[in-house]
Amino acid sequence: MTDQTTPPRPRPAPEERPAPVDWATDWDHTHEAYAAAAPEIWDDLRGRCPVAHTDRFGGAWLPTSHQDVSAVAHDTTHFTSRSVIVSDFKPTAPAPVGFAPPITSDPPFHEFARRLLLPAFSPKAVRPLEATTRELCGGLIDTMLDGLAEGEDTVDVATAYSQHIPVQVIAHMLGVPPTDGDRFRVFIHRILEKPGQTGPTDTEDTMISYLEGVIADHRATPRDDLIGYLLDLEIEGRPLGDDHILGTVALLLIAGIDTTWSAIGASIWHLAQHPEHRRRLVEEPEVMPFAVEEMLRAYAPVTMARLVAEDVELGGQQLHKDDWVLLPFPSANRDPEAFDQPDEVVLDRERNRHAAFGLGIHRCLGSNLARMELRVALEEWVRRVPDFELADAEAVRWSTGQVRGPRQLPIRLLATRPGGPR
Amino acid sequence: MRIQYDRAACQGHNRCYLLAPELFDVDDEGYAILLVEGEVPTDLEGKARLAADNCPEYAITLEA
Repeated sequence: MTDQTTPPRPRPAPEERPAPVDWATDWDHTHEAYAAAAPEIWDDLRGRCPVAHTDRFGGAWLPTSHQDVSAVAHDTTHFTSRSVIVSDFKPTAPAPVGFAPPITSDPPFHEFARRLLLPAFSPKAVRPLEATTRELCGGLIDTMLDGLAEGEDTVDVATAYSQHIPVQVIAHMLGVPPTDGDRFRVFIHRILEKPGQTGPTDTEDTMISYLEGVIADHRATPRDDLIGYLLDLEIEGRPLGDDHILGTVALLLIAGIDTTWSAIGASIWHLAQHPEHRRRLVEEPEVMPFAVEEMLRAYAPVTMARLVAEDVELGGQQLHKDDWVLLPFPSANRDPEAFDQPDEVVLDRERNRHAAFGLGIHRCLGSNLARMELRVALEEWVRRVPDFELADAEAVRWSTGQVRGPRQLPIRLLATRPGGPR
Repeated sequence: MRIQYDRAACQGHNRCYLLAPELFDVDDEGYAILLVEGEVPTDLEGKARLAADNCPEYAITLEA
């Protein structure tokens, strides 16, 4: 706690971590070098050291095969979800509830917390949001095209398009102003990209403080949105605790935004480099549902973590209680033991048991929403911008941390179409 | 072709419902409901195969 009576003294920013020399013994997923080459790193490790280790973060493991990732995800006895973000600080929040239920919860509380939310994210509950999302995507493309100066043909798709879509959809669902999107992105950057490495923050500027205000506002003025839904829920006749509500809203905000934004950006990055795939999506829109799953397989944005709850062996390594385990679902999706031609994007791949949304009891609660947003974002993009290419491959920058996607994505628009009726 | 669905393995990925709505519905929580018992209608065998081949939890099994 900060002493409120004296002005806070600025602390120096934490030192930049040294670059890892060998990913098998010193990996660091928060390092730029990992962000730039993660798929190659996973392939290398899968071949020579399938469960890699690092002394960083107080000791952490990195399984890279589909079998090992799946085994950890399905084993809630030896692994706890008490924290799912690897950082230098191990959480003290007790299982089974955790800071952000249900993602940080273990059985048996997990199922209970999850069942409260499942109805709000089922395929049938998500369907009515499709029209709003489509309108939003069209509007973003209009704004982007209208903003181009005469003769200008290049846009940063990450900042002009992808990042706004999930932000505005979740703002709409939670019932907070869409203009708060910029603040959401700052919170998320601090939490996910450089956990514990961004220095001090003013209390009023934290996500927790922001959400306390939003929840208080919903209590004062009840309304029919997702926060209103949470406030109305009861456990054995009593409303959910304040911490439970705050943790759940925080989870929906964090989990719902740059994950989907990353998937949209990575898909457009791929299409920018594959004219045959762009053409196919324009000419055969019925391929889109398969293409969406293939993009999710090939460019799965999310890596989750566990803490070892009981000593256990994994892939020949001895894991000890309280070690971290990172679960790179995108690496599982590239394992040749589990997928034919794992390095190829096969747009209409028919056998695709990808793990982009995780495996086991913590399957991404928002997967139906994310899938819809990704499909609509790509449908609207290829409808309005049927031809495009990377403007500068060197300028593409991938995020660090446990959510992987392009954060800078300069795209040259080669053909555009006006909006209007579909 | 016979089809079986393991409710205990299902985690609500909803790939089956997306690919084969003739064979699978979903409940209010997003878990699958198998709509046919035992034998898959011949014209839906392709869809049954798709549903099985895309279930990340191996919750759907087929027998020739």
